[in-house]
Amino acid sequence: MARIGVFICHCGENIGRTVDCPAVAAAAARMPGVVHSVDYKYMCSDPGQQMIKKAIVEKKLTGVVVGACSPRMHERTFRAAAAEAGLNPFLLEMANLREHCSWVHSDQAAATQKAIDLVRVMVAKARRDRALRPIRVPVEPTALVVGGGIAGIQAALDIAAGGKKVVLVERGPSIGGHMARLSETFPTLDCSQCILTPRMVEAASHPNITLMTYSEVESVEGFVGNFTVTVRRKARYVDPAKCTGCGDCFNKCPLKKIPNEFDAGLGMRRAIYVPFPQAVPNKPVIDAAHCTMLQKGKCGLCAKVCPRGAIDYKDQDRLEKIKVGAVVLATGFQLWDHAAYGEYGGGRYQDVIDGFAFERLASASGPTGGRIKRPSDGVEPKTVVFLSCCGSRDDKAGKKYCSKICCMYTAKHAMLYRHKVHDGRAVVFYMDVRAAGKGYEEFVRRAIEADGAEYVRGRVSRITRRKDGTLVVRGADTLAGRPVTIEADLVVLADAVVPRSGSEKLAQLFGVGYDQDGFYSEAHPKLRPVETAAAGVFLAGACQAPKDIPESVSQASASAAKVLGLFAKPELEREPIIARVNRTTCAHCRACISACPYGATRDFDVLDRAGKVLRTVAEVNEGLCQGCGTCAAVCRSHSVDLDGFTGEQIHAELSALL
Amino acid sequence: MKTLGYYPGCSLSGGGIELDLSVRALAKTAGVDLREIEDWNCCGASAAHSLDHSLAVALPFRVLALAESQGLAEVLAPCAACFSRLKGTQVRLARNPELNRRMAELVERPYQGGVRILNINEFIAALLKDGLAEKLTRKLGLKAVAYYGCLLSRGEDIVTGDDAEDPQGMEAALRAAGCEVLSWNASNECCGGGFSMSKTGSVLDLSQAILDEARAAGADLVVTGCPMCHSNLDMRQLELVKRRRVPGALPILYLSELLGLAAGLEPGALGLDRHFIESRQLVRGGA
Repeated sequence: MARIGVFICHCGENIGRTVDCPAVAAAAARMPGVVHSVDYKYMCSDPGQQMIKKAIVEKKLTGVVVGACSPRMHERTFRAAAAEAGLNPFLLEMANLREHCSWVHSDQAAATQKAIDLVRVMVAKARRDRALRPIRVPVEPTALVVGGGIAGIQAALDIAAGGKKVVLVERGPSIGGHMARLSETFPTLDCSQCILTPRMVEAASHPNITLMTYSEVESVEGFVGNFTVTVRRKARYVDPAKCTGCGDCFNKCPLKKIPNEFDAGLGMRRAIYVPFPQAVPNKPVIDAAHCTMLQKGKCGLCAKVCPRGAIDYKDQDRLEKIKVGAVVLATGFQLWDHAAYGEYGGGRYQDVIDGFAFERLASASGPTGGRIKRPSDGVEPKTVVFLSCCGSRDDKAGKKYCSKICCMYTAKHAMLYRHKVHDGRAVVFYMDVRAAGKGYEEFVRRAIEADGAEYVRGRVSRITRRKDGTLVVRGADTLAGRPVTIEADLVVLADAVVPRSGSEKLAQLFGVGYDQDGFYSEAHPKLRPVETAAAGVFLAGACQAPKDIPESVSQASASAAKVLGLFAKPELEREPIIARVNRTTCAHCRACISACPYGATRDFDVLDRAGKVLRTVAEVNEGLCQGCGTCAAVCRSHSVDLDGFTGEQIHAELSALL
Repeated sequence: MKTLGYYPGCSLSGGGIELDLSVRALAKTAGVDLREIEDWNCCGASAAHSLDHSLAVALPFRVLALAESQGLAEVLAPCAACFSRLKGTQVRLARNPELNRRMAELVERPYQGGVRILNINEFIAALLKDGLAEKLTRKLGLKAVAYYGCLLSRGEDIVTGDDAEDPQGMEAALRAAGCEVLSWNASNECCGGGFSMSKTGSVLDLSQAILDEARAAGADLVVTGCPMCHSNLDMRQLELVKRRRVPGALPILYLSELLGLAAGLEPGALGLDRHFIESRQLVRGGA
């Protein structure tokens, strides 16, 4: 005989304002099987939970229904309370009186009636609940980090320092990401390479870290604690085991005019190359699209000069399967293409460059050795105009959001330019200066006051180019209330920060959500900022939202802490909401096996004592089943049922409504 | 013969008569029958939308409703201002069914949204695609710059399929006509528009800036599609020449005139003799 307790929460005024909670509790008291029914202001608070625990013991409850918020919010809280009082947690159900009722209705009488209906439904279900035991699955204590920028490197180092194994997968030939391309970093003007490259070396040499550069995630199977990830190891055409990184090959390669992506196209590289001298691993790859040998079968010079015979033109992509328990996505960002702005030349002006190109011009290791020279003719520009919003905060042609880092790096660019070209003019057009961060506002003031950057508040309406190459920048000075025209030698556009190309596809592989701009969605914007809706998959860096280095590093360490927390126990508990097959009635039609999206249903041979196959039926793998219920829906003989959501329970819920 | 609705508006029988002559001549050459909308009225340009919002929508609404009731699925509005008013009204109506209902009541005619409005660039692009390109046999050999002004590529939510800030449609037509198309810096700068009468000084400054850019690019002529731009660059240029603010006269042609010339039509038939700045010398045997 069921003994159900009902607990109606006011949720402060959230529910109480629209739903007459005492009336709901009184109505519930009269429902079949209910022996106890009360209401309270905050059921999730300590006194509220105590009420539930006390009633379970004193009233000998066999089931509980809490009428409160969404189970996504507090089911775990209430089930833990029930367990503490000795009741199997899966005998507690929640009726969602907030999201499904009070928040979406205004008529009190109708909302109260609907709340009563919702409670009746859950009482009907709770009466048919069965005690379930959590499923325990072993955890593979190895983490996968996708993306070898500063966020990925930091996450990998922190997990490795915690004593767990890490596989760091990077799409490019070297780790280091965008940070390796920066000249100096705000707000301290630390040399970016000086603080980053030791970390890169540490990541490569750490015994717990396996580097997989020039590699991409191909497919993902499994679930938290037990992912099987297939990684595509792209053909390098250079055997890293034999290569010593001597450089003979790329010094001899006759193709010298390939724009180097690392240098934002300002410098040139060969067809066999390392992207930059401090690359990790410092071993070249062959760019198959440009290599004459791979395209036309002629040349072969690099193989001839290699003293170690490391060049292999027949190298092919390989697929490698790795088993990991947790994943950190750190795929980073790229810059929006300002070619979409016809008014800024549509990408056709050589001397209208983006922020990364300026970084490379200002960098000591860049194509100009740190001298600021304009790309078209190599002349030192005497007037440089910086635009701090290009594509950001423009919902017509660009992106709605603020890219967050541009105000700071533009101030840095203006500062670096003035440090290098003393008689030069640095003019910054801005909409607002957003310098919220430790030492940030001071840094911008320093650019203006100590280094003489001219800040003009307003947007640039048009950039045109004269025959002599002078760029004419026309905009508004909205503080002075007049149009301004500046003749510039170089224009630097702070292009909006957008997610890395291909990041949406990767999100789909891991079952991670992303927003309309393609940034990965965290599980909760405030309280779970590094987790995702996919259990065991965490986020670090600018793949989630535009971020600067300190923030990316903080988030990377946070996700590493989450991974280490997950790995702290040898086994994970999973909710036992899985499908079960009734072997007696299963006709082995295999409909469930072809319908299962997770590959969790399979054939099972029923044997007799002698080991002879009596008959074959379907079976569900507890580890793989995600509890979606598809198999139960397609089963023609009703032989599959879902624990926690049985056919009988759902039928009872519907009947309670009619 | 293909039939196309035609909305000349006021300027095509006045200051922009060359646009009317050349568009009609070009349509005839291409085998297109231009059928003028019967009983058409003013589009309301310049004045109506700064005085009365209902009137500003009602005037073009009536034109659209007439075109629809006369079975004209596509209507050419050669004047850029007319195009902007008609197309802008369509955008507003599509966004706001209540406005459509109110307007239908006001002008006592329904409009279902079944009319497509073409501007001169879209019209010429369509003609070129339908065989006009092969008829452009006269080698002009001119260096031209394309001048859009504001209304042909921009306007509230008006989408023409061309980049609002860096349009290229006119350039394609000029290339088809055998011109060397120069890239320049003033293709959609402001000519001063309707301030021609009230602030002539400003218009002179703006027109001069456009002419200077065209000359700096090395152009033999400026090609435009808008009667307002044409009058500010052509008629007002006389003043600039007289005051020696520009080194010489630069011909200003409508796109339809230039294509007519390339098709071998007589300059006089296209209205070239009506310009303030002499342009007939651009074709051999012209002036």
